[in-house]
Order: sequence, then C-alpha cells, then structure tokens
Amino acid sequence: MAKTVNVWLDGHHVEVPDTMTIIEAADKYGVHIPRLCYHPDLPPTANCGVCVVEVSGNPTPKRACCTPVAEGMKITTNSNKLRSYRKTLTEMILSHHDVKCPTCSANNKCELQSLANNLGVNPDALPNIMPNTPIDDSSLSIVRDVTKCIACGRCVTVCNEVQTVYALTFSDRGIHAHIDTAFSNGIANSPCVNCGQCTVYCPTGALRERNDLDGVWEAILDPTKHVVVQEAPAIRVSLAEEFGMELGTVTAKKMYAALRKIGFDAIMDTNFTADLTILEEGTECVTKLKSGSKRPLITSCSPGWIKFMETYYPDLADCVSTAKSPMSMFGVLAKTYYTQEHGLDPANIVSVAIMPCTAKKFEAARPELRDSGYQDTDFVLTTREFIRMIKEAGIDFKEIKEEDADEGMSFYTGAGTIFGATGGVMEAAIRSAYTLVTGEELEAIDIMAVRGLKGVKEATIPVPGFGDLRVVVAHGLSNARIVMDKIREGLATTGESPWHFVEIMACPGGCVGGGGQPYGNNMAMRARRGEGLYKEDRNLPIRKSHHNPEVTRIYERFLGSPNSPLAVKLLHTHYFERSVNTGQIIKEATHKHH
Amino acid sequence: MKYFRSHILIGINETSLNSGVNAFIQALRQELAKNDLQEEINVLETGPLGFFGKGICLTVYPENTNYENVKIDDLPELVSDHFLKGRPLKRLMLDASGKFDPKFNYEHRIVLRNSGIIDPESIEEYLGTGGYEAWEKALLQMQPMEIVEEVKASGLRGRGGAGFPAGLKWSFTAPLEAEQKYVVVNADEGEPGTFKDRLIMEGDPHQLLEGIMICARAIGATKAWIYIRGEYKLCINRLNLAIKQCHEFGILGTNIFDSGFDLDIEIKVGAGAYVCGEETALIESLEGNRGNPRWKPPFPGIKGLWQCPTVVNNVETLANVPYIIKNGSGEFKKYGTPECTGTKVFTILGDVAHPGLCEIDMGTTLRTIINEYAGGMKKGFKFKAALVGGAAGVILPDKMLDVKMDFASLNQYAAVLGSGAILVMNEHQSIVDMLWSILRFFRHESCGKCSPCRIGTQHLYALISKIRKGEGTIEEVELMLTTAETMQQTSFCALGQSPIMAIRSALENFKDEFIEITKK
Amino acid sequence: MYKEICNKYAPTKDNLIYILHDIQDTHPQHYISEEAVEVVSEYLKVPANHIFGVLTFYSMYSTKPRGTNIIRLCESPPCYIKGSDNILRKLKTMLSVNVGETTKDGAFTLELAACLGVCGNAPVMMVNDDVYGDLTEEKIEEIIGKIRGGN
Repeated sequence: MAKTVNVWLDGHHVEVPDTMTIIEAADKYGVHIPRLCYHPDLPPTANCGVCVVEVSGNPTPKRACCTPVAEGMKITTNSNKLRSYRKTLTEMILSHHDVKCPTCSANNKCELQSLANNLGVNPDALPNIMPNTPIDDSSLSIVRDVTKCIACGRCVTVCNEVQTVYALTFSDRGIHAHIDTAFSNGIANSPCVNCGQCTVYCPTGALRERNDLDGVWEAILDPTKHVVVQEAPAIRVSLAEEFGMELGTVTAKKMYAALRKIGFDAIMDTNFTADLTILEEGTECVTKLKSGSKRPLITSCSPGWIKFMETYYPDLADCVSTAKSPMSMFGVLAKTYYTQEHGLDPANIVSVAIMPCTAKKFEAARPELRDSGYQDTDFVLTTREFIRMIKEAGIDFKEIKEEDADEGMSFYTGAGTIFGATGGVMEAAIRSAYTLVTGEELEAIDIMAVRGLKGVKEATIPVPGFGDLRVVVAHGLSNARIVMDKIREGLATTGESPWHFVEIMACPGGCVGGGGQPYGNNMAMRARRGEGLYKEDRNLPIRKSHHNPEVTRIYERFLGSPNSPLAVKLLHTHYFERSVNTGQIIKEATHKHH
Repeated sequence: MKYFRSHILIGINETSLNSGVNAFIQALRQELAKNDLQEEINVLETGPLGFFGKGICLTVYPENTNYENVKIDDLPELVSDHFLKGRPLKRLMLDASGKFDPKFNYEHRIVLRNSGIIDPESIEEYLGTGGYEAWEKALLQMQPMEIVEEVKASGLRGRGGAGFPAGLKWSFTAPLEAEQKYVVVNADEGEPGTFKDRLIMEGDPHQLLEGIMICARAIGATKAWIYIRGEYKLCINRLNLAIKQCHEFGILGTNIFDSGFDLDIEIKVGAGAYVCGEETALIESLEGNRGNPRWKPPFPGIKGLWQCPTVVNNVETLANVPYIIKNGSGEFKKYGTPECTGTKVFTILGDVAHPGLCEIDMGTTLRTIINEYAGGMKKGFKFKAALVGGAAGVILPDKMLDVKMDFASLNQYAAVLGSGAILVMNEHQSIVDMLWSILRFFRHESCGKCSPCRIGTQHLYALISKIRKGEGTIEEVELMLTTAETMQQTSFCALGQSPIMAIRSALENFKDEFIEITKK
Repeated sequence: MYKEICNKYAPTKDNLIYILHDIQDTHPQHYISEEAVEVVSEYLKVPANHIFGVLTFYSMYSTKPRGTNIIRLCESPPCYIKGSDNILRKLKTMLSVNVGETTKDGAFTLELAACLGVCGNAPVMMVNDDVYGDLTEEKIEEIIGKIRGGN
C-alpha cells in the first residue's frame, strides 16, 4: 500500500505517494529535471546520469529516475554543481556520438540534441572518440547505426521486456559496450519482428526505419507509372501533432490533399480494405464458430505479430486468420480489381502504402504476397517518412485545403477507421459478425470493454443462436505471450481455447502506437490518437463494415462473396515456422492457401 | 600420536604447484627416508605460509626458519645441513641475516591463525583447533538475534573495501519474514594487489565455511553461495572438498546437530569481471546475467538474489565471525581501534624487502607495516609512494607514512583502506606511469552500463596516455580531474566513482611530475 | 556434445555461466560457438541474445576460436610496476602475435588479464589453468619452450 510522504522539491512542500520516484514527483509538480535515458513508459535503465539531483543527507547526487521519494526528503534539482555535472556528462556523451545533426533522421526530434542545446554545452570539450562502426542495414525494416547510439538501453528494454522479441542485447563491456544482435548477425538474422518500437523509443537517430522515399519519388516523377497510394487508419490521426495542430485531430482530408499535391495518381485509403478484412475475417470466424471448433481465430493484420507468431508460436499458426492484412488486400486489389475497373496495365502500377509501421516494409516484401502476379505492395512509407515527404514538397499541411480521396477503394466506415487503435479490429468484427451469425443488426455497437490501454482486455458478447462469444484483445507482444500461452495451455489441457476470437496487435496501443509513428511519442499520446479515431467513428454516417457500399460493390463486380474461391486466392495467405535464433524460415506452418 | 622433532610446512599454492611441488614433496620424503629421518621430521602440506618467496617455499617448525626457491637438487644439502647438522642453510633462507621474522613476532592472527599450520584439506585438523565450536554454539546455544547483536557489538566492519558494519547489515535482513533468504560470499577478489581472500580460502577453508554458517543462522538463510573468481582453482577445489567433508560430518545438510536448521553451501564460479566485486553486480552474475550493478535501494539485504533478502559479505569479514562468536565480542575488540575493531589482512607488494601478507591490528601505521612487517624497503631503494587500496585507492606520499591504516583514519584523508592492498613504489618510479596503469585498469573493467563511467574511463585513459608520452598539456591534466569529478558524482556504482581518488592524490602530492612531463 | 554438457546442470538460468565455462573448457579451441549458444538457449529456455550479452561481458569467454594454450598476462598495477610490459613485448615477439591473436600453428593465444590475485609473485601470467610468477624474459622462453616441447 502506498503511503503519502512529505517531500520538499526545491523548497516547495509537496505530498506524493512513496511509490513514486523523484523524477515522477517532479514531473507531477511541473519541476523539470533534465534527463536523457529516462522515458515515462519504461522502467528506468538509469544509464545516463543526467537526471542527478541533490538529496538531503547524501554526499553525492542521486539519480532522480530511480530514487524513490521518502518522508522528509529535501531535493535540490538545480545548483551550480548539478549544472556543471550535467554539462560535463552531456559533453562526454556527445564525444561518443556521431554528431551529424543536420542530416540525421532524428534532427529536431533528438533528445540528445535538445538536451545539449538546452544546457549550452561545448561540443569540443572532449575529443570525439566514436569508433567508425558500420551501419546494420541488413533488415528490410529497421536500420541500426551504432555511431549515433548513446547506450541508454531503452531499445533493449523495449525489445526484451515490452515486446519479448529478444533481438537486441547489450554486448561487450566498458567503452566497447554497445547494443547488438546475437553474434552481431544483423537485425535481418535475428528474431526481430520489425515492430520498430525500438525506433520510437530511441532518443537519437541510432534506430530508424529503412528509408524508401527515393523509390517513391522516382515512381511519382516517372510519367509512365501510375502511382496508387493507400494510408493506414492511424495515419490520419498522427499528422496533426507534427504540423502545429492539436494531438489526435483527424486530418484525413488534408492528408488526401497533400498526397495529391505531392503527385500521387490515385489517392485511395487502407480503411476501405479494413472494412473488407472484416468481411473476410468475420466470415472465416463465423464458419469456424459454426463448425464447433475448439480452436480460436486470431487476427492477422499486424505484421509484427505475424512474424512473432511464426517465430514463437508456429504450433498455433492454424488458429491465425488466413486473411491478409488490409494493406496487402489493398495491394493485390490495386493490381487486379483497380486496373480492371480503370483499364490499366498492372505492370505500370506502383502501389505505395503509408503505414504507422516498420514491419509493413517486411510484410510487403514477403515472397508469398504476389497473388496479383506482381509484388502486391511496392513501397511502404512510415508516418515519419511521409512527414518528411510533405516537408520536402514544401506543403503547409496545417493550412492546406481539404480534399476528398479518389472514388472507389477509398470509402470507409467507422469500423474501418478504428482498426488503428487496440481493440478496434475486435470491435469492428463484432459489429459485423453479429449480423453474419444472427442475421440481425447489433444495436449497442460501442464495445467499451475492448477499448483502452489495458494490456489484455476480455469481453463476453451474448450472441443469440450461438451463446456467449468470448473474446480477448492484447496489444504489445509481452501481452500477446500471455494470451497465446493460455491458448496453448487450454488446448493442451482441456482441448479448448479460453476464447473464440482474439485480436493481437504487436505495438502497445495498436497501430496508433506503431513503430513508424512520429518520434517522441509515449503511451499517453498514443491514447490521444486512439481517441481521435473513436471520435471519427462516432461521426461517420456508416459504422459497420458490411454496410460499406464500396465493399458491397467489389463483391458484386469482382470477388463474388466473402471467402469465395477468388477472394481466397487474392485476399488470403499462409504462414511459416521461423527459427527463434535467426528469424529465418524453417518450413511452412500452414498449407498454401491456393 | 607420533612425536616429531620438526615439522616442515610446505606452502601449496599456484606458484609452488607450478614449480613442481608434488614431485618435490616426494623427493623430500625420499631424502628424509634416506637419512632415516622419516620418523622424526614431519612433512606437512599446507596453505599460504605468510610470506612470498619465489618457487617452492618451506617453513620449518619449531625453529621457524623460512626457505624460498628450494629445488629438488637442493634437498641433500638442506636435509643434511638443517636436519642432521642442525644449522639452517643460509643460502636458501628468506632473510639470510636471520633477524627478520615476518610472521609471528608482531602479528595478531585471527583469520590466518591456522594458515600455514594445519592441513587445509583436513577437517579433522580444523576440528582439532577448536573448529566448528562457534558454529555449534551459534546453532544450539544462541538465538539468531543474539548472534546479530554479538557481531554488532564486536564492531566488525566489512573487509571488502567499504567498511560497512557487518552486524548492522545482518540486522536489516534478520527480522524480515521471507520464504527464502540467502548468504552470498563475495570471493570475487579482483582489486589489483589484493589476494588476501585467496590465502584465507586456501589456508583455512573451513573457517570461512564456519563464518558462513553462523551468518546463515543469524539471518535465517538456508542456502549460501560462494561467488569465487574462476582463476582461483585451488580455492575452488579446497572449498568443495571442505563442503563435502562438512556434509560427511553432519555439519552441513538437513537438521544440523538435531537443531532443525538446514543449510547448504554452494560454489559459483565467476568468469572474469572486476565489477562483480560490487555486491549487486555479483548478484546479477549469480543469476546468470551480465554483471551490471543494480540501483540501490532496494538494498540486497531487502531484495537481493532472486529478489530474496540476501546478505553479501566478503570472505575476510565472514572468516572473523567464528572467532567473535567463540570468544565473544569483547575479545575481538581488544584488537584494532575503538572505531575499527579487530585485525586486518594486508598484502604488501612492490619494492619492500619482504613482499607478502600480514594480519595486524586495525590502525597500525603504514610506516610500521612497511618497516616491521615487510622488512623495510628493498636494499638500495627509497620510499616514494604507496598505492593503498588497489586501483580504487589512493597514492600516499612519504608525509602520509604515519597515517593509521583503518577505515575511519583513512577516510579523513579522502583515502580508503579498501581491500588492504599496499603497493610500494621506489623513488625511481614514475607516478604518471602508475596512474596510467591504474586508468588502463578502469578502462578495461568498466562494465559500460552508465555513460559517465563507460565514456569517462576511456577519456581518462586517452588523456593519461597522451600525457605520459609527453604530448599532453597541463590543461589536459585539469580536464582529467574535472572528468573524474563528474564521474565520481554521477556514476552508477563505486567503479566509476573511484578513479578520482588516484588522480586527485597523484596530482595533490606529485603535481611536479605532471608539470614536468607536460612541459616537453 | 553441447547437449551432453548442458545435461550435467539443472536447466536454470543461474547455471548459464557454469555451462559456458564447461563448453569452453572442453572445446579444443577454447571458445563458445554460435551453435553452442543455440543448444544452451534451447536447454535453459534463455534467449540467445541474452547469452551473447553474457558471453561478451566476461573476459574469460571467447566467441572466436583460440589456440591450444591461452596465455593471460596480468597488466594490473602491481604487475605493471614489476615490468609486465617488457614481458608482453617478449611474448609478442616470441610468438609473433598481437594481443588477442593466435599463433599461426594454433598453439598459443595471447591475452591480457586484470589482476590474477597472485601479486606476490608479480609479474604473473596464467597459461590455461597454471600460474607462472616472477616472470623474466628468460623465464618466458623457458615456459613457452617447455609447453611447445610438451605438445
């Protein structure tokens, strides 16, 4: 039980629970303590030393990030001595850093840069001693540049504790201590699932997405190419914060206008295929429920989750929906349905996806996702890359006049848009699956139990004619492990999964918290973005995927019906078993889908 | 029992093993037999003899003559001269003058009282000295809190370096309700110039075990781990043997002496990391992790090994415990100073006449230690400075020779007793070189977890290397100091907080050398 | 072979350091391979990245093949002031290797070590499990020659 203690922060008396650390107490009362490695979402690594404060009764300063408050504690957060230590420390850290700020992907977002700037340090106080370590660009998703790394350890914490992926580790010791993959094999040959959470939490530019902007610009500027673009649900709610608007504002129509101005030929929307996914996955779910299967159906939208499952739970691969992700459904349709409708040659189509996600880059390159006869998705840009693109094009995003997307594969419902937040796919699926099972419409469509940032969310939905539908939602891969272990255990002991339907998103918060999202975000910001999506859902005229008229149209004109042979051929996929050491494919885990 | 006229004690340690001591012993026995002395002269294999000679060293009792670097070829002459003719063989004696007796004249031996006297591989011999009586007393006649109080009353302070009162440490853990508590013995001796724990373990492993047992009983631990560095093979073997003997004698195991108390002791071997001498880094290493220190609080006494309450004590600290329990804290307090009671084992190295170890009262002056126990400076050399406390210690000039060697006295001079290592330098040796060597050590041993230490140790080493080559400036000397100061104030653990001591003491006392070398 | 070594120990993480010692000691090239780590990882249910982190932290482990005999010369202050740098030079020229390298014939790997705790006989080195103290350049020739001859 937490007790309240009396603490003096720079002479101001405050009362705080004794479970708090000094930095938490200071943040709560608006006293700023300079910091570098500390991040409010993560347990402190206490590596950098910048947050030192003077605490009564202690001869040497204490780290504010990991020192708990105590009764009667008198804390001094600023003094000449502390300022001098912080300066020297920051100079030390800069001396072991490749200071190339203007060209760095984290420029203006870098926490080391702003700390150095705020403290007014001398960058030449110490000679630069950064070794010339080569960049690890083995991965399709993530680039690691040790020369920019300050060894704060956030990525190691995120990779091992939050995501339990076990790709990154501290290696060596002393001045040679650095972050690495096992045996320095490179990210591509590690169990990395490309979730990119390391890139979001990295305070510098040491971890970033692979840059695919040049290829996209080349295609746009090539008159022979017809460049089709799709944007994930989370994108529309993650741009405002970067352009001086309120965090969590939905800017879909500004986004379309910017894309058109950049020069994309067809502005479509992933939200459309999100709705389509509900029809495909929902139908699959209903078929499974009706068959009396004791095995659950697990969502398949999140590519980080899929690679994680292939690596750590290949024995449960048959439980994962065969439906492709909304991005990959869009990709295959852009080179089949879209070209057919518009009389275009699919060979000239360049399909670009703007995603909040680094793992989507890996997904796009999967050799099995070529059901159009071409690589279904040609380029994936993260939100961060897209923002750079807007800036490169000189677009004043805040002021740009709103425009609509192009007609067709851009129409979406409220169900499609909430795919971007944890629990959204589950909620969208329930809204439609209810109708698929009962033939009736669900009235109470706000399924509050699956919303919010709780790691594992369970709900029971009574479905007439079926009984209780037990569902669970997990986001963040350590939470996924909890759910998957229970399923594995249930199947092994009672032969039955504890849940019928399971949503898993690799990233904490879902796609709004994706690994490709703007730097500097934390769980609180992710929550705000998610709220933006739920707000858009409330305000949209249609809120159920099966009422999307464009979805109805594509089935009528092209696919036939959900899970039809053509739908299965184009919109479904299969999975592999991967090595826990190298992430490489060992064998197929499920049968080829066609 | 046989009566022997003389005993030949042969130190079995890594050096003598390398000099072929086993073959030597065989040859010695043959030589004695050849002269029909096998019933009169006893040959005893033992641990450290308390002095350092080259090769194979012997002490002959009761004459108390020390020989060094004895070879098989010397045996006929040695046996004939010493044991037949009764006159010591001068050319092999440690101190040919015969006046210097480093061992028994001035020392007060508590932890080393059996070293070099009993066979460390024989539990019977340990029992013969009254061994395990303290354990029996602690287990059958004392309540746990009484043990804690007795150790508290003794004033025993941790011998690993920081000097934290041992009884106080125990008193945090003893009253805690927990399913499991642990005793962890820090035998990861790595401070340069320190090997006292090795000698304690090699010379009298049972005494350490007895100390562990008493501590375990006091705090309510049923499991103890000895974390020992991988290089100390002989210690590992002797401790394993001693533990096995204890189980055979019912001294360890379940329901010991029908008391209902269970205890097991297990050895864990390190893999080479100085930082694991830090108690939380040691715990991390025991758990199978990188030896990065943990933040305190919580202290190990509350949450230690596998989050269970854990008392971590140094080997020498625990080795003092049987004496305290057996004889009472009052006896113990007769040694040392009121603030720092008992004795301390020092290792004296460098340019003294007789490098080695001695166990003497806390508070003995550096001058006395050098002159009385190490035989003064080596012939022809003058004292310049002593590195006291290892790499994490300070460089003391001659004006500090009268400083008392105990935790409290040294603290007054911003110095530390540390592990009790004394490295004596002669007037020809360079302080800059010494500092370079110390900073090279820190650079190598920083765990790399926290920025100040990881980056700072590298800068310090680079700066001193430049200065040493004559390419540095006096500003760079100052930069070294400010860097080390920031490290002292902001480093995560004692490792990064330590280099300032050597740097500051070097600059304060030998500034001229730095001015001289940066002028070039 | 690695599996057999693992089986000697309970499958708990705290045995990791022991198992790694055992694997390295029994390998003719005194190192811990990627393949070995994979076996240990599976046995202990400890991810390979953790084991790699541990492996590279402690100075006694090597991830690269080494010679039949490992020389570890102490370079700490007590050995340094007794001339360990001269001994290092001697070893380097005699063996034609730099620190961290293995002789062409695979007989010796030369490494530096922090204090070995045998400072009474500084300068000191260990060759495998054996300690050699009071080193001089002549003694080095003798020791190396003896080990070479013994092979």
